[in-house]
Amino acid sequence: MSDALIELVDIQKHFGPVIALNGVTVSVKAGECHCLLGDNGAGKSTFIKTMSGVHKPTHGKIRIEGREVNFESPRDAMNAGIATVYQDLAMIPLMSVTRNFWMGREPEKRIGPLKFFDFTRANQVTMSEMAKMGIHLRSPDQAVGTLSGGERQTVAISRAVYFGAKVLILDEPTSALGVRQTSNVLATIDKVRKKGIGVVFITHNVRHAMAVGDRFTVLNRGKTLGTAERGNIQAEELQELMAGGQELAQLEGSLGGTV
Amino acid sequence: MAESQPTAAPQKDERVREMSSLRKALIRPELGAICGTILVFVFFLSIASDSGMFAPEGIFNWGTVSAQFAIIAVGACLLMIAGEFDLSVGSMIGFSGIIIALMSVQWGFPTWFSILVAFALALAIGALNGYLVVKTGLPSFIVTLAFLYILRGLTIFIAIATTRKTIIGGVKDAAEGDPIAWLFGGKVFNWLFVWLADLGVVGKFVAGPKAGQPVVEGIPMLMIWALILIIFGHFLLTRTKFGNWIFASGGDAQAARYVGVPVNRVKISMFMFTAFCATIFATCQVMEFGSAAADRGLLKEFEAIISVVIGGALLTGGYGSVIGAALGALIFGVVQQGLFFAGVESSLFRVFLGVILLLAVILNTYIRRMITGER
Repeated sequence: MSDALIELVDIQKHFGPVIALNGVTVSVKAGECHCLLGDNGAGKSTFIKTMSGVHKPTHGKIRIEGREVNFESPRDAMNAGIATVYQDLAMIPLMSVTRNFWMGREPEKRIGPLKFFDFTRANQVTMSEMAKMGIHLRSPDQAVGTLSGGERQTVAISRAVYFGAKVLILDEPTSALGVRQTSNVLATIDKVRKKGIGVVFITHNVRHAMAVGDRFTVLNRGKTLGTAERGNIQAEELQELMAGGQELAQLEGSLGGTV
Repeated sequence: MAESQPTAAPQKDERVREMSSLRKALIRPELGAICGTILVFVFFLSIASDSGMFAPEGIFNWGTVSAQFAIIAVGACLLMIAGEFDLSVGSMIGFSGIIIALMSVQWGFPTWFSILVAFALALAIGALNGYLVVKTGLPSFIVTLAFLYILRGLTIFIAIATTRKTIIGGVKDAAEGDPIAWLFGGKVFNWLFVWLADLGVVGKFVAGPKAGQPVVEGIPMLMIWALILIIFGHFLLTRTKFGNWIFASGGDAQAARYVGVPVNRVKISMFMFTAFCATIFATCQVMEFGSAAADRGLLKEFEAIISVVIGGALLTGGYGSVIGAALGALIFGVVQQGLFFAGVESSLFRVFLGVILLLAVILNTYIRRMITGER
């Protein structure tokens, strides 16, 4: 496990009397897609917020490239190369693609004593980065609201990659998308992984996870139930672990394996 | 996976219609306000062209009124795009004016010092407004509504407690020879109008103490301030990093925070900027009239918001244009003064204004949906 980009060991998070996480251990290697599966309420959101510096763990260690770290804010995590793409908070639809892409890190050029937003460079980089991900924009000043859900996720992902993310956390990027858009996002994940970035793909859809995942970790009731390598686990087993019981197995029988 | 897409040649999505460059140039946030401006000018050119409305004096008449609206509209516009309102603008105008008059006339401080104190107090109150909104998470509508009453009440109280009157006069005498008072009350480019009058373009007074002088003395500083603020606001919003933060803070504060935009700082500074604009308005008014009154600026907050909304800004923030807001102020000023020139019953002004507001907002909504892909 020494080749891990980021390791989270025995993470616990308590909110007052509520134990949201009760011992979660996950590591992400460079160039892998690590799928984090879990049903609603399993603690996925709390866990990624801990990983991205929004929450401080009550107990447990976070190590980046072997070094132990303490994130005080999301900014710290970002500086350490951890980028998070949130499902619906990724983009501001009223703003243009360029404005969104550079939001918070605007390039500037100096004219006399004044500094201006360097739109020429910003537009150029945005267009070429989007083209690398296979999205061809009509123009860089088109509003993000005119893009499809999958394209918005891709803009957010390429933004994170461009700004040097080492670990990319994707919070249910496919859960609101149609079939074709989902495959586009999964293709993007594959491209990102090939650049040597560690991807954490959070989902409750086993089929999406099986499509791109290298390793799979299932969260249930705030605990990890272990990590499996690709090829050593079947979709049905993951489904069962997520549900954490026999009910789904029975249900699956009556639904003919369609869930 | 779908790796086979060629990335070199930009492929066209067959479902996206090509937009003509004319259509692209037309579809912009200010389009509604541009149409409104054209409509209003055509209307008044046809009904009031022989009333002197478009003679030099007439132009300066509605130009000054429009500039007044524009000064407060620029502040309200940037604040609205940052996602907040300020309903205390009108009360702030009354408050700043009384502070200047009270300090310079009643207490004998130099005018420049009184003006600086008024600006400092206004910026502090603006910051307090912003701090309360950001820290409590309450809607700015409520917080600034409270300040609408607090500031107005305080202004009347201070005026009566110190002078037993709500109007303080004599500012002009106190400001005589002051190093900065002329920045707000004076007129510039007098020579230009003397020259134009000699050419016969601008009329001259034929009788009275001013006989022989041009009827337009110069460009009021109020208009210069309006132009400076419009240009500053427009460049800040569209051409700088901070402008991007203003859009982001109003568009989605949480998403902006996640990428490191200092949303609280942006919002507080925009509240301060709005208060700054209100104080410019107040200072110009005090220097122009030579007096301050505790009831000045009544309903100005709504007039500012109306100008901004006519100009295409979205009430919920994240979208809008300073140029649009300035055109909104122009429409407002032209309609208000134009109906006077046309000899229309003044009560109809509000009817007219309401109709324009409604038409502009409907048009703006359609334009915005075209640009942003909202449903």
